[in-house]
Amino acid sequence: MQPEKFYYDNKIVRNFGIATVVWGIIGMLVGVIVAIQLYQPAMNMHNQYTTFGRVRPLHTNAVIFAFVGNAIFMGIYYSLQRLMKARMFSDALSKIHFWGWQLIIVSAVITLPLGITTSHEYAELEWPIDILITIVWVVFGINMFGTIIKRRERHIYVAVWFYIATFVTIAVLHIVNSLEIPVSFTKSYMVFAGVQDALVQWWYGHNAVAFFLTTPYLGMMYYFLPKMANRPIYSYKLSILHFWALIFIYIWAGPHHLLYTTLPGWAQSLCVAFSIMLIAPSWGGMINGLLTLRGAWDKVRDDVTLKFMVVGLTAYGMATFEGPMLSLKQVNAIGHFTDWIIAHVHVGALGWNGFLTFAILYWLVPRIYKTELYSKKMASFHFWIGTLGILFYAIPMYWAGFTQGLMLKEFTPEGMLKYPSFLETTMRIIPMYVMRSVGGTLYLAGVIVMAFNLYKTAVQGKLVPNEAAEAMPLEKLNPAASTERWHRRLERKPMLFLVASLVVILIGTFIELMPTLTVASNIPTIASVKPYTPLELQGRDVYIREGCVNCHSQTIRPFRSETERYGEYSKAGEFVYDHPFLWGSKRTGPDLQREGGKYGDSWHYNHLMDPRLMSPGSIMPNYDWLIKQKLDTSGTAAKIKAMQKLGVPYPAGYDKIANQELEKQAKGIADNLAKDHIRVKSNKEIIAVIAYLQRLGTDIKANKTANK
Amino acid sequence: MSIIYFLIGCSMVLALIFLGAFFWAQKHGQNDDLYTPSVRILLDDEPEKEEKK
Repeated sequence: MQPEKFYYDNKIVRNFGIATVVWGIIGMLVGVIVAIQLYQPAMNMHNQYTTFGRVRPLHTNAVIFAFVGNAIFMGIYYSLQRLMKARMFSDALSKIHFWGWQLIIVSAVITLPLGITTSHEYAELEWPIDILITIVWVVFGINMFGTIIKRRERHIYVAVWFYIATFVTIAVLHIVNSLEIPVSFTKSYMVFAGVQDALVQWWYGHNAVAFFLTTPYLGMMYYFLPKMANRPIYSYKLSILHFWALIFIYIWAGPHHLLYTTLPGWAQSLCVAFSIMLIAPSWGGMINGLLTLRGAWDKVRDDVTLKFMVVGLTAYGMATFEGPMLSLKQVNAIGHFTDWIIAHVHVGALGWNGFLTFAILYWLVPRIYKTELYSKKMASFHFWIGTLGILFYAIPMYWAGFTQGLMLKEFTPEGMLKYPSFLETTMRIIPMYVMRSVGGTLYLAGVIVMAFNLYKTAVQGKLVPNEAAEAMPLEKLNPAASTERWHRRLERKPMLFLVASLVVILIGTFIELMPTLTVASNIPTIASVKPYTPLELQGRDVYIREGCVNCHSQTIRPFRSETERYGEYSKAGEFVYDHPFLWGSKRTGPDLQREGGKYGDSWHYNHLMDPRLMSPGSIMPNYDWLIKQKLDTSGTAAKIKAMQKLGVPYPAGYDKIANQELEKQAKGIADNLAKDHIRVKSNKEIIAVIAYLQRLGTDIKANKTANK
Repeated sequence: MSIIYFLIGCSMVLALIFLGAFFWAQKHGQNDDLYTPSVRILLDDEPEKEEKK
């Protein structure tokens, strides 16, 4: 048999590499800007499009899906071809994948600042973009599996298994978490409501971390680390073992983002158990990586790419130990909603994802350009300033998290809250916010140096767009063996049939049952909880548009420190009309679930105009455009209809009179404001927002008054 | 909380897909040799090398 000659596609790898660097710089720059906004609200440039609530999702989406996403594709397209000894399945699909992914990112960059968002964290993009993501992901899948099928190497190396798991799981997660009913081209409502929506979102959110930030990077680690060190992975057996363990356990850990919420207790405990179990397979990966360098630490001293790998793996080990610890209820009680979580994710993102990406870029770019790295000194500088950046970022955030978490829980000996004003705890940690932005800036500076270094490297070399390689074609299994297989296959047929039919039945059952189940569960368990009025619904959509949920939670945990501060703890029945849920994951400001009726309308008006008028020292930006902008009521009927479809019990034909009702309520609020000498027309957005804020968490109080 | 059954279902389907993949890997001898693959990936197949042989 003759060896076959073929060519690896390096150009697509180069393209994804450029995209990684460019989007990385943009995403991190946006990160630095939002970090500064947290102590200098004026950094929003008095502009609604660049205000924290809208730009924070831009930062997370840019670094996760643009920076890390492109890096994943760069790493996969380079290593998959070489591991399978085959060119990518289709050059056309590679191109569609590349440009499609960039199109998704560009549409995110446009829509998120415009306030077009579903408010699901890390899945903010609206339904047309969701469909585009699905298509591009399928293109990627066909390209990957096509390459695997035409491979010239029978054994599928462990890295490829990680890539396969990434593809399959992200596909399922994305589809389930994007089940939404379109209201218009730029607006949709989530199919699920309240606690159910929360569970779907965090089932997705946690597994996005697992299968977008972890498995593809472990796969790349298993290819690039042995290549960089030029020695085999410490234990191939361990890599296989921890791969299967990791993918079977990860999927059950999601609800640890919802501890102490209205999620049933058994579901919370179950996911805590799985989260603790995750330490073993996670550390399997870290140990395997670090031990690969045993006896080769002299190489680490000289080789900057290996330095990046070592710090990256260590950060992975720390983050995956901390994660299970944070999922313990006692630890979570302090850590959740604070900057501790921000520190945790950034150890993972900056250390693990960032440093691995940099190492791969430094290793890969000189290779596809057939040259040496332009400056090792610069790369070394990047390593040290990057590491310093992580420390300057993480340590202040841990400090801030502990400080605020503990302050919010502290009582005086008399049994009163020691710090009844939330703002007081915020002002205490502002120096930490300043330090954090310094850390982020250092890290970004390193990336810019890297970009320059890689550019110079590319210029001094010449891209080899198609790299020649040779390998023996895959031998056909010999006929004798295949007849034997034929018998065996027949023997196994009942078993195969059973498994296949089980899968089909499960899928069918759930698709059929889902609507019934969700509608049935929308029957309110609390009689006094009523659907939002049209004005409140519109106000809620403005609240979503402005990204208020990025700083304000809407769920009160059953702790005395929280019930004293915010009011009665949350009940599942209160959220049945919340499509989507708005519980949030971080309290940069206080919880708002019981905000309704706490202050007068004029307080809210003044507070939204300039928060510092009512709360001196507040870091909330001004929302003065809400006073100028007219509320768009053209979509009210469509919104009511969509809600009716989702099982919200508005009376039949309500969509036709919705705008009349809306105007009546708006006029009431405007009149109320006029009493306090505030002149504002009733058709402005601020009226709707006030209506929504005043409604929050009040239904349950009505129940109590009625009972009395 | 009926959604939980739906999600458990989705997770089970995923798990079954992976289980199927695992059985496939076992049956096709993917895990028979747990050492050589780790070394093999270090060798690249540049045509020049082949010619020298």
